[in-house]
Amino acid sequence: MIPVLERTMVAPNIHNLRLQAPDVARSAKPGQFVILQAEEDGERIPLTISDWDAEKGDITVVFMQVGATTGKLALLKAGDSIPTAAGPLGNPMELGNFGTVICVGGCYGIASIYPIARALKEMNNRVICVVEARSSFLFYWQEKLRKTSDEMIFITRDGSLGRRGHINNLGSIIPSIKGGVDRVIINGCNYVMMRGCEETRPLGIKTIVSLNTLMIDGTGMCGVCRVTVNGSNKFACVDGPHFDGHEVNWDELSSRRQAYLREETVTLRTSAPEKER
Amino acid sequence: MNLQRVEMSKQKPEVRRQNFDEVAFGYTPEEAMAEASRCLDCKKPGCVGNCPVEVNIPDFIRCIKAGDFAEGIRIIRQKNCLPAVTGRVCPQEEQCEGGCVFAKRGGQIAIGRLERFLADWEASQGINTGSIKKPRPTGRKVAVIGGGPAGLTVAGDLIQLGHQVTVYEALHKVGGVLVYGIPEFRLPKRIVRREVDYLTSLGVEMVTSYVVGKTRTVDSLLEEYDAIFVGSGAGLPWFMEIPGNNLNGVYSANEYLTRMNLMKGYTFPSVQTPIKQHHRVAVIGGGNVAMDCARTALRLGAEAHIVYRRSRQELPARLEEVENAEEEGVIFDFLTLPLACLGNENSWVTGLSCQKMELGEPDASGRRSPVAIPGSEFVMPVDAIIYAIGNSPNPLIPSTTPGLAIGRKGNIEAEEATGKTSKARVWAGGDVVTGAATVILAMGAGRKAARAIHRYLQTLEEE
Repeated sequence: MIPVLERTMVAPNIHNLRLQAPDVARSAKPGQFVILQAEEDGERIPLTISDWDAEKGDITVVFMQVGATTGKLALLKAGDSIPTAAGPLGNPMELGNFGTVICVGGCYGIASIYPIARALKEMNNRVICVVEARSSFLFYWQEKLRKTSDEMIFITRDGSLGRRGHINNLGSIIPSIKGGVDRVIINGCNYVMMRGCEETRPLGIKTIVSLNTLMIDGTGMCGVCRVTVNGSNKFACVDGPHFDGHEVNWDELSSRRQAYLREETVTLRTSAPEKER
Repeated sequence: MNLQRVEMSKQKPEVRRQNFDEVAFGYTPEEAMAEASRCLDCKKPGCVGNCPVEVNIPDFIRCIKAGDFAEGIRIIRQKNCLPAVTGRVCPQEEQCEGGCVFAKRGGQIAIGRLERFLADWEASQGINTGSIKKPRPTGRKVAVIGGGPAGLTVAGDLIQLGHQVTVYEALHKVGGVLVYGIPEFRLPKRIVRREVDYLTSLGVEMVTSYVVGKTRTVDSLLEEYDAIFVGSGAGLPWFMEIPGNNLNGVYSANEYLTRMNLMKGYTFPSVQTPIKQHHRVAVIGGGNVAMDCARTALRLGAEAHIVYRRSRQELPARLEEVENAEEEGVIFDFLTLPLACLGNENSWVTGLSCQKMELGEPDASGRRSPVAIPGSEFVMPVDAIIYAIGNSPNPLIPSTTPGLAIGRKGNIEAEEATGKTSKARVWAGGDVVTGAATVILAMGAGRKAARAIHRYLQTLEEE
């Protein structure tokens, strides 16, 4: 069993979960994920490792409460435990001295972009973090991100902080950056990543995304995470989850991601009276 | 000479197609003794040589004849740590039973059923570990990577020789294909649980949700352990190179069976593993895994089709499984080659485009090869397609272990007689070496590797 050290809501519906998992913490690298289960016989869901402490042996994931399993995870408190936290899975993000890198985070991606920004900063890149949300009260981890970036740019749908609008602001942000941009890395929901890639494509800037697919084992066995990249079939778990966003078949990804939308709501409704199930 | 095998009673097809309970009930003690009494106890038994783990078959059959079931199971356990499993899923007709003197006349002794009987009898008495003497600890430590049939065999053999054994399993339950792949109605999970518990009671340490290659590398484990056995299985599913594979409703057999078995999807929504209610399912392939998928789909209320490009005669599945599937109402579309998965505007599967085949000349495998009949294309309307055409070895260990020689198909290269790999102190066996094969062959490879590992560990003690 994996002990829960802390679970806090960092923004409405977005939770920070810190777990005792020493062997995972020792091996974790930026961009890798763990497969969690909230309970025995429950779903296995992939979540990015957003922070870790190899010495203390803990890992942190940030998730949005959307379905049955994240609903259970959102109720955990320190002292509880969960049956499974397997990882670190997937390939680490490709790192290097690229020059100027824009790290974009939306939703839980604000957290998952953090270790990537931190590593890029340590490798002497100029790191510009762009975070987006519907409104300013949905931001979190701002201090952590500020420490790892040379500049922070906020986008809010309602204009309550930073630029007003959506991820398509990227198209005007990038040309405004002096010295140019060498690489863009986007973490967030598939829609934010897809729209972001549409903005960077005409600018010809390499854009790396971290795909969210359904997964069961996360080790290449089940193949549910398959995605078409540059015309060939890839498994997000063992070939990814990071891909060149300009080569991803986004329509296919989005429809595969939503395959069980209706069934997922069935378990959400199981607290309803018997006759309504 | 009695050529009449004692039949094993089963659930009726019209009943069992509605449930996930085990199909066959197993022998009663009287039935087992009657079947055992047919054995001629040959001077040169053909059965033993055909068993990959060399179970002393005539001896345990003699015990059943005499009604000494405790001694019978003790004899099996000397060579086979998973008798309740192998008694159910071994291809006995090709192995032990195939070597029986009665086999030519179709009356071979039902060795598999007798093995299953003893294992189930033992379970009904409660697990008895007292019969096995605790060996003197050697102080040597072995890590087993993968808790499937190969790894569990290695663990069982080495723990009984006094070595300390830790099994690292990537999934949250130990058993490998026995828990994620083979369905409940063919191998109930409680039986696997029982065998795993037995190994735990002998002192094997089981570590689950631990992905060697990721959580920790083989090299790092070698610092702590004297020897390592890799039995990480065949975990990368194949798809045909045809259009439409990534439509919703197209599954690998691994995904479909894992959802249903390991994740207990068949009980949805009482568990959270979401599954789709499919109406018409096409399973591509003709092996045991294809039968498992089709029979699972059928039990969930779908019309289940097996789409196979050759004829019934060439089906690689066990005859017993084919017959069970036929009785339950699985529809076999023989001589049918899939051309494309078809979908609607929402990217959900609507059909499988196929072509009819006829059998031509025998190919390299000795089976007559299918040849397309021009103009015979047709569409099979289905709302789910399951690929059960095989797997490549899982790449996690090969890709993270420097110094480990890898074959062209991504398999770990290992000596057949010992399982020794190119890397010092590392042995391997089962599907990760051979590609997808059977439970008992993986166990046989485990047995040989365990023997070689033991020999190596003994040389350490002499130092």
